[in-house]
Amino acid sequence: MSDGNVTSGVDERIKEQSRLRTALIRPELGGICGTIIVFALFLLFAGDSGMFNSQGVLNWSTVSAQFMIIAVGACLLMIAGEFDLSVGSMIGFAGMMIAIFSVTLGWPVWQAIIVTFILSVAIGGLNGFIVVRTGLPSFIVTLAFLFILRGFTIFLPQLIERKTIIGGIRDAAEGDWLAVVFGGKVLTGLFSWLGEAGMIATFERGTKKGMPVVDGIPMLIVWAIVLVIFGHILLTRTQFGNWVFASGGDAESARNSGVPVNRVKILMFMFTAFCACVFATCQVMEFGSAGADRGLLKEFEAIIAVVIGGALLTGGYGSVIGAALGALIFGVVQQGLFFAGVESSLFRVFLGLILLAAVILNTYIRRMITGER
Amino acid sequence: MSEPIIQMKNIEKHFGSVIALAGVSVDVHAGECHCLLGDNGAGKSTFIKTMSGVHKPTAGEIYFEGQPMHFEDPRDAISAGIATVHQHLAMIPLMSVSRNFFMGNEPLKKIGPVNFFDHEKANQITMEEMRKMGINLRGPDQAVGTLSGGERQTVAIARAVHFGAKVLILDEPTSALGVRQTANVLATIDKVRKQGIAVVFITHNVRHAMAVGDQFTVLNRGKTLGTAVRGDISPEELQDMMAGGQELVQLEGSLGGTV
Repeated sequence: MSDGNVTSGVDERIKEQSRLRTALIRPELGGICGTIIVFALFLLFAGDSGMFNSQGVLNWSTVSAQFMIIAVGACLLMIAGEFDLSVGSMIGFAGMMIAIFSVTLGWPVWQAIIVTFILSVAIGGLNGFIVVRTGLPSFIVTLAFLFILRGFTIFLPQLIERKTIIGGIRDAAEGDWLAVVFGGKVLTGLFSWLGEAGMIATFERGTKKGMPVVDGIPMLIVWAIVLVIFGHILLTRTQFGNWVFASGGDAESARNSGVPVNRVKILMFMFTAFCACVFATCQVMEFGSAGADRGLLKEFEAIIAVVIGGALLTGGYGSVIGAALGALIFGVVQQGLFFAGVESSLFRVFLGLILLAAVILNTYIRRMITGER
Repeated sequence: MSEPIIQMKNIEKHFGSVIALAGVSVDVHAGECHCLLGDNGAGKSTFIKTMSGVHKPTAGEIYFEGQPMHFEDPRDAISAGIATVHQHLAMIPLMSVSRNFFMGNEPLKKIGPVNFFDHEKANQITMEEMRKMGINLRGPDQAVGTLSGGERQTVAIARAVHFGAKVLILDEPTSALGVRQTANVLATIDKVRKQGIAVVFITHNVRHAMAVGDQFTVLNRGKTLGTAVRGDISPEELQDMMAGGQELVQLEGSLGGTV
């Protein structure tokens, strides 16, 4: 590289880079490859198992959407240089709070949801505040909250209702305007039209005869798509996005350049908690109940999806689209193994392997980008 | 001589029981390169941090363009026109040159009610400013990690100049560089000075200081030994002042005058 004494436009020491190579070097590369491979494999081995009819598609896209919702938060937080291991516990806690507020205390469901969101985001903010104030690794701080929140999630329902699952939310949510935003379905008209037109499967008997089996897209999927788009635009197209990269890339440098690093990090912790709360609310509305064991291990699944998507564990580099693809791979494989009739415990084996492969590939990509040797 | 752009008067800075600065006075003039010399631990970094608003002085006054200044944080100093290029560069290797260039000062484009990062404008300005400094980038999206140390310094300096710095503080810009890269950074300092910007150049290398300096202030154990003007002082004298006299004389004997 030149040190300033080159007069012509081209430095002879810069190797010409092929367009293909330039196009390939991006954080999403691992995620894109993985997605193609996974879809190719399942089309080949489970193509006729019903995995790709309307129910099948809805099945794996719902699972993928769940992963996506928490992956978006985890991704932005990881790029900002921090982890949140309390995501899974937060999902359980938030779900339980909605149940306690709406069923036990008898609040209207919309009020329960709003108060739970405020509570969750505040706890996320507290996580972030402790991390930036003490300078402790977020790994430890959020590990503490993993146990604290899970403990409360098990303790509170036992104290109040003498059980670990609180049901009856579906009845309470009947006709509630905010519950629909998390538990409802969209495009039902389109789906019934598709059913009438014979393009998707319909029930052949019973009370729902003639109605499509898949009668709409769950709000869970809508939330996932909205959050992915929001996260992607925030990260790549805004000033705040540049601050997120800077905070995770090198907090000290960012501070010296006038980036409010602490504020960025705390906001990202709050956003992660927000995503966990969206997940929890959708889940509670779908199941009609809250359980003390909900969300177990979700923090790791979110982190794995983010890493498959090309983000660096050390922060400062990554992509929301990549994380979404990671989540998609995750969902497709988890459900696809079931469709393909493979023993489901092998899912974990696969998970470990793909994680390892993704991290190796991503390290290689990063070296190409930064020119490290 | 013209009115100094920054006057630091009897600056003291204590960290608990440690006295980092014990009354340092320095005047910096526009269009001149003021070299701040001193050995490790002499208080150079603390001194420039009070100048750039990172530390508040325990005692003493700072005048900027004749007015007394009280910087609450580095942002105040930056908006007043005092830019610092830290030892630690404030560059993020994984980010592109243009993202780094505008870090903390992103150009915005309003689309509807939302402000977006104007990448087009950022890329264009970055390429232009880098060309002015004599660096040809592969593209504005090239990661800073692929640049050499000297080029990174130049990006940092170009960035400070672009954002309207009147005073540019360079904290040991040449300390980790090779000979040619050092020459290029010194040449950049010269270009900046000729634009009428005051440069505060921190170094512990007398030769680098002599190459571009107009004035020289030596710090030793938190105190200044006065300011010398170019031509009034020889490199040997400067070296001696930095090391605090005798010790180096002994050393020089055994090393045959090579230090």
